[in-house]
Amino acid sequence: MQPILEMKNITKTFPGVKALTNVNLTVLPGEIHAVVGENGAGKSTLMKVLSGVYPAGDFDGIIKFEGTERKFYTIADSEDTGIVIIHQELALIPLLSIAENIFLGHETAKYGVINWFEAISRSKALLDKVGLKEHPNTLIANLGTGKQQLVEIAKALNKNVKLLILDEPTSSLNETDSNALLELLRGFRAQGIACILITHKLNEVLKVADRITILRDGKTVDTLDTRTAKVSEDRIIKAMVGRELSERYPARKAKIGEMMLEVKNWNAYHPQNAERQMIKNASLHVRAGEVIGIAGLMGSGRTEFAMSIFGRAYGQKISGDVSMRGKAVDVSTIPKAMAAGIAYATEDRKNYGLVLIDHIKHNITLANHAGVSYRGVLNDIEELKVADRYRKNLAIRCSSVYQTTVNLSGGNQQKVVLSKWLFAGPDVLFLDEPTRGIDVGAKFEIYGIINKLAEAGKAVVVISSEMPELLGITDRIYIMNEGRFVGEMPTRKASQESIMRTIMKSWEH
Amino acid sequence: MSMPDIKVTYNTSIGAFVKSHLRDYILLIALAAIMLFFQYTTGGTLFEPVNLTNIILQNSYIIVMALGMLLVIIAGHIDLSVGSVSGFIGGFAALMMTHTMPFAVDSNLPFAFDPFTTGIICVLMGAAIGAAQGYFVAYQRIPAFIVTLAGMLVFKGLELESLGGASIGPLPVTFQRLSNGYLPDIFGGGDGFNILAIVVGIAVSALLVWFSVKERRAQVAHGLAEEPTPIFWARNAIISFAFIGFCWLMAYYKGLPNVLVVMGVLIAMFMFITMRTTFGRRIYALGGNKHATKLSGINTERLTFQIFTIMGALSGLAGLIFAARLNVATPKAGAGFELDVIAACFIGGAAVTGGVGKVTGAVIGAFIVGVMNNGMSIVGVDIGWQFFIKGAVLLLAVFLDVYYKDKR
Repeated sequence: MQPILEMKNITKTFPGVKALTNVNLTVLPGEIHAVVGENGAGKSTLMKVLSGVYPAGDFDGIIKFEGTERKFYTIADSEDTGIVIIHQELALIPLLSIAENIFLGHETAKYGVINWFEAISRSKALLDKVGLKEHPNTLIANLGTGKQQLVEIAKALNKNVKLLILDEPTSSLNETDSNALLELLRGFRAQGIACILITHKLNEVLKVADRITILRDGKTVDTLDTRTAKVSEDRIIKAMVGRELSERYPARKAKIGEMMLEVKNWNAYHPQNAERQMIKNASLHVRAGEVIGIAGLMGSGRTEFAMSIFGRAYGQKISGDVSMRGKAVDVSTIPKAMAAGIAYATEDRKNYGLVLIDHIKHNITLANHAGVSYRGVLNDIEELKVADRYRKNLAIRCSSVYQTTVNLSGGNQQKVVLSKWLFAGPDVLFLDEPTRGIDVGAKFEIYGIINKLAEAGKAVVVISSEMPELLGITDRIYIMNEGRFVGEMPTRKASQESIMRTIMKSWEH
Repeated sequence: MSMPDIKVTYNTSIGAFVKSHLRDYILLIALAAIMLFFQYTTGGTLFEPVNLTNIILQNSYIIVMALGMLLVIIAGHIDLSVGSVSGFIGGFAALMMTHTMPFAVDSNLPFAFDPFTTGIICVLMGAAIGAAQGYFVAYQRIPAFIVTLAGMLVFKGLELESLGGASIGPLPVTFQRLSNGYLPDIFGGGDGFNILAIVVGIAVSALLVWFSVKERRAQVAHGLAEEPTPIFWARNAIISFAFIGFCWLMAYYKGLPNVLVVMGVLIAMFMFITMRTTFGRRIYALGGNKHATKLSGINTERLTFQIFTIMGALSGLAGLIFAARLNVATPKAGAGFELDVIAACFIGGAAVTGGVGKVTGAVIGAFIVGVMNNGMSIVGVDIGWQFFIKGAVLLLAVFLDVYYKDKR
């Protein structure tokens, strides 16, 4: 059978990083093809290459669709040939109706005047196909996530889709909706529409996928056929994480002391949607001198957990108990959480961590003006000394502490964020993805800083999507999935497989 | 592989330094150029002592409000209500001092307030108005544009209604002195020459030079002196020369106006606030990145609230200055002031996106607007073209700012 899609030797390089190396992907007509891999394995990049987000010429390799070689320069190019991608974050406009969304950009119009009768009747036909019983005039904002997903698919069908790509389609759906969606995909198989399904949920993969391609570190590891041989979850997990622990971690002797932070029965709801519980009864503790990790897939609620503890910086209807050194503390606002000795260094340096238009010195002292001022008047010289001390201690590479932070490399920006929180002098430090997007050398330096903090008796909580990193630098690992802690293990007993298996198991129950 | 160590270098070559600080100088150069231009086209009227004094008096209330507006703009907001608020407060002050019943101008009150009590109450009223608007912006998260647009209408309405559409005046002489009075010449200079003005000019210049030398020393001690030494001295010499020259000219009329002192004190205060206090620093941080500032444990809501309160108090003060200057409260007072105030800040280099702006910039910006108003009026430019030209200058200033920022 001639494949509908062939991607050959795809290589995509970002400045300093090779995101994809000689990746091959072949999809047959009418098959459901699952693409799996860890966070950062290259799944999203591969789909962006396919859909024209990265235009032809920006990467190496060949894309053949229906037997002929294609060059896509925009998303519109790929959609014209029948390739439609549905992103994890739905691209619907909430305050427009179903019909308006389905025909957005392809309006049923003549000379710019929309024929609403045609739009409504065609929308109805499309909604029938995906099994959604809603009137086309209903606003998207009034639909649940599951139904919105169906509208996205209806929108794709309107574009005469031949290859449908779904990125984590069930991540925010409940079980009934998930099953209905998977059933719909099976229906498409009968109509000859091929699907690429990107998902973390291996049980779903095994339920519907005909073939499975596994990516790891930007390379194709394996393609398995579920119709010719029995495939097990373990088999897939091994292929996903079977990486050598090649990166090095500075050695450290843990000297674990008194109980520092204890969080009990923590609950938080989505800030915009009071019905949606994001954190469910989570409990965690960390001792002085201890480095703990929180592992989990993207969207598992790790950031939300940390931020909701840090002065309710995330979420609403927050409940639960927090204590420091055995004494209950009030963490209802950020200043109170900081006064209790808690700090949170964000995963999003540019939007939440730094004042990018300002220089290093001002950024370092931002969280502790009291330390460089007297009665509200800043001591310029003292501030300079503080900034310079951190510049030296953390080896921030810059022309001077008067360099604007926007011009620093990712690693050095991260060091400025860390300096800010070190100067604030917390007892417990949450580090959210502390090494995201920074080079290996800077990573090693940051691990060193974390070690020093622990040695100084601080408690450190590292949130990271890189499992080897957690295995390399922590003493104990919590595993989070769907807003719950689903496992906890000492790091010496943990492995990438055991963490991944814990996550997968938590979905099945 | 880590990044190579970048050597510590400073732009100490004169050319490079001037180039990188062009924005700071260009404002002063533009002001000087505009002044010289009008000095020429008005046939020498602009620099006449009486006219120079007039420029100060005409722009004092704009500058007072520009100081507050600068904080608002740095924080990433805007206040459209300042004109209406100042008009309302000015009118209210007149009512308080003239036995007149607010909202029923025909019926007299048996008592009147003295100018000092009136002044204090009115500034506090301004602060309360600012606080009310600040509450909606900070705590209810309604965009400042909307809140203050509403405020603009509300206080315009209250101004009209409380004055009953009438003009209230004349006002007590003591009150008029706020704008029309001059510092007494304690050195006993004769008619037509005010020695105090010269003394103050020299003293303030000396003080400014002393401060900048002190800062320069601290910079040198920490190896952070960026400005080349010749430029440092040239800058200080020009500023001192200009300031003493200005006072010299003022001395030939009636000396230093009281309102100049009020302005000078406020300018110094706001420079100190923006450059030296944690409060000021937090405003810049808030405008630079709201989320990062909040996550750094700073109460951004309270900060916003405080900024609007200050803005309100300054609008109140400006209203008093304007009423004192005209010696009458008119229902038209304050109309359109917000335009000049906001223009002054943006011409002075404040960023529309927040996080950037300087007190000196806003003051120079206000003078650019003020000198243009004054010069064009003397030359006899039609009021319509005056608006046109001011608009063009504002757009040009912001365009150049954006253009050079992109180029860098």
